[in-house]
Amino acid sequence: MNHIAPGARAGIYHYDEIDRQFVAERVEQFRRQVERRLSGELTEEEFKPVRLMNGLYLQLHAYMLRIAVPYGVMSATQLRKLAAIGRKYDRGYGHFTTRQNLQYNWIKLEDTPAILHELAEVDMHALQTSGNCVRNVTTDPFVGAAKDEVVDGRVYAEILRQWTTMHPEFTYLPRKFKIAISGAESDRAAVRIHDVGLLARRNDKGEAGFSFYVGGGLGRSPFVGKLVREWVAQEDFVAYLEAILRVYNQYGRRDNIYKARIKILVHELGLEKFTQEVEEEFARLRGPKYRLDPEIVEGVRQHFAPPPFEELPDHSEALERAKAADPAFANWLEVNVAEHKAPGYAIATISLKPAGGIPGDATCDQMDLVADLAERHSFGELRVTHVQNLVLAHVKKDELYDLWKRLDEAGLGSANAGLIGDIIACPGLDYCALANARAIPLAQAISARFADPIRQRTIGELGIKISGCINACGHHHVGAIGILGVDKKGTEYYQITVGGDPTLTTAIGDILGPAVTETEAVDAIEAIVDVYLANRTGEGERFVDTLKRVGHAPFKERIYAAD
Amino acid sequence: MPLIENGRIGEDAWSFIPDGEPVPNDRPVIISFERWQAERDGFEGRNAKLGVRLKSGTLAGAIAADLDRFALVAVEFAKFRDGRGFSTARELRERYGYTGEIRAVGHVIPDQYLYLVRTGFTSVEAPEGTNPESWANALTEVTIAFQPSLDDTAPLSLLRRKLKVG
Amino acid sequence: MSAKDRSKEGSMKAITANRLRDGEVVFLGEGGRWVESFAEAALFQRAEADGVLAEAKAKAEREQSGVDIYAFEVVEQNGIPVPATMRERIRTAGPTVRLDLGKQAA
Ligand code: HEM
Ligand code: SF4
Repeated sequence: MNHIAPGARAGIYHYDEIDRQFVAERVEQFRRQVERRLSGELTEEEFKPVRLMNGLYLQLHAYMLRIAVPYGVMSATQLRKLAAIGRKYDRGYGHFTTRQNLQYNWIKLEDTPAILHELAEVDMHALQTSGNCVRNVTTDPFVGAAKDEVVDGRVYAEILRQWTTMHPEFTYLPRKFKIAISGAESDRAAVRIHDVGLLARRNDKGEAGFSFYVGGGLGRSPFVGKLVREWVAQEDFVAYLEAILRVYNQYGRRDNIYKARIKILVHELGLEKFTQEVEEEFARLRGPKYRLDPEIVEGVRQHFAPPPFEELPDHSEALERAKAADPAFANWLEVNVAEHKAPGYAIATISLKPAGGIPGDATCDQMDLVADLAERHSFGELRVTHVQNLVLAHVKKDELYDLWKRLDEAGLGSANAGLIGDIIACPGLDYCALANARAIPLAQAISARFADPIRQRTIGELGIKISGCINACGHHHVGAIGILGVDKKGTEYYQITVGGDPTLTTAIGDILGPAVTETEAVDAIEAIVDVYLANRTGEGERFVDTLKRVGHAPFKERIYAAD
Repeated sequence: MPLIENGRIGEDAWSFIPDGEPVPNDRPVIISFERWQAERDGFEGRNAKLGVRLKSGTLAGAIAADLDRFALVAVEFAKFRDGRGFSTARELRERYGYTGEIRAVGHVIPDQYLYLVRTGFTSVEAPEGTNPESWANALTEVTIAFQPSLDDTAPLSLLRRKLKVG
Repeated sequence: MSAKDRSKEGSMKAITANRLRDGEVVFLGEGGRWVESFAEAALFQRAEADGVLAEAKAKAEREQSGVDIYAFEVVEQNGIPVPATMRERIRTAGPTVRLDLGKQAA
């Protein structure tokens, strides 16, 4: 195989011979599976889980291929390959998702083995991005760079990636299984809406350990993950998860797809009984076989050694000058740039949410540009966030202005990270076979309505999240404003919820009132914003806090007054 | 139905006796777990080998106390997507120390064969007309494993390693 | 009888699938052939649709030609048969947010 090693300095896991051989074997295996399907040896029913295990869905217009970006971190070389594949096998663009992955929408089954082969050239694959297995583990997009980081989540996410890869016991689970890890003080990985959410922490001896939250999830019945164990030592990390998965595999419901997630098991058994089952299994597994050797952890950690940062003063004259000279840049800096742990560096969020644009979509040309910029400004490495943006994690403050100018020219310079224009939207009825309504046009209309960057700044932190059906791929349940597409006798309607929160104070939003049409929805969002601005106590009070204080009534009154 | 063992079609010495039919005393037979529960005393003193067949919802714990009576445990897959059997086999081996034959019966596909072997199954009852080549390939097409399992008794020293094939 | 004539007789159905090998949306055309354009789709009376569907499914499984085969409702708008639901309209045309893609682009 024509192997291209990713940039040596990138803080990503480097495949060794074994990893490479594994992926190559899986590509060949899938090639034969596709042949067996085309020849009729495998029925569609038998082939479906096999293709799903390789990230291949059948969507409205064609097959959709979901590429794994482990814990959302990749190299410039890898992104360039994604761009090349998008040009050659798709329609010149890709869609970055809330699962920190990339999706292509126009894939041919017969091309898939060749695509997987090309991906393998840059140590990538589409394995376990779908199907009832343990999915791609997600983590904080600022991992390894954030000032408030306590534990590097990549290390443990990589250990899980390996441990769950083709796990012989847990590949035919009752339903999909999503794990998220956060190792910082603020949770940027939405851990409590995952099947297992891990908060990595340190004890007073400085050792790493994990709080396990189990049974979170969105979809038809949203649940916030419950704390099952406050402290699991590093050496028990794998054993504890193995215990949870074994309990789930044996007792999880298989009679009803809507009740098959672990959240329902935890709910039906009750936290106490569930915990007891897990603890029993754990006590037995705790032997040497499942002990996570500190040497393994160290070995993996070395892949994520910090890049060679220069010793810089934290203050950058160049930055200050640019800020003073260019107000649009100054605005982007305030909104899209976060503090880095190394002096003189910063974390830059590249918004994939231009006003009126399709959230998460990037053209192959944009991908190539971001790859170039990652090489130039961020040690050849970048991240995908669960709000469908990209991140360059290690940019010199001195270079931020150059970076922004290049981004802005390419339509990637929107200053809206975390603001009302930073909308999450699932593919909805424009692409998705399960959808009830379109999600993207509504996102476009709302972001166009609030296009003015100053207005967005004035409104402040406010996440809008849109899903095209109750599966909640767009996280609408945890949007400060959530929007759910529903179908009423063939017409698209939208149900608005408020007060959701994806961070550690996780909350599921409440439905505000009857569903409205698309045009009404845009007006309703504006009305909600107006009521918030009229009621908030000073600039500082966030939307969710005002909402808590004044309740739903003033919002309802305004929206549904006419009825 | 063809029996798959070590990647090949093998001879099946066992036969399953449906509930209610007389159980022969002179050859290895498999009976249902339900029958075992109802008629266990009747098997007292039996010399020929006995096997038991567990429905997919019957977990390893249900048969644990009686394992020394059986030379074979057949674990049923109601649908190949129903993966409880993988945990059942693993529990039989790891938790209850069972060393007899564990056989996968019901709906399984060649693409699951490696997983079956790695969780402790020794044989598989494949559907009539199955392609033997697909079963043979299934054991050799992926030679890497990332986690310990039944085929491997050493402690977890490295996550990644090569499987011993064959 | 052309698609247009038949749709006047009331509620009609068309039969659709995704082609196995490339996922392309296809419709059952005259003579049991799969066609890519909805304009060439055969339209069936409600009563006959079930039988045709079952037959098409069996044939597709035998020949490994199409997957996810089902019938959908067609109504008449300005004298032209169109799919009754937004979902099927999007399938016959392409994403509403990318008019340069899908069948509508051709
Ligand atoms: C387009 C094809 C897609 C299909 C068929 C699909 C299917 C589903 C289904 C059935 C569920 C509900 C699972 C359950 O509750 O048990 C779900 C949930 C979810 N999906 Fe998707 N999805 C698609 C696209 C996406 C995309 C594009 C994203 C990321 C933007 C995504 C991320 C998620 C997330 C985050 C959840 C909710 C969290 C949870 O697992 O409870 N999905 N998806
Ligand atoms: S939420 Fe529904 S419409 Fe949106 S991508 Fe998920 S399954 Fe499709």
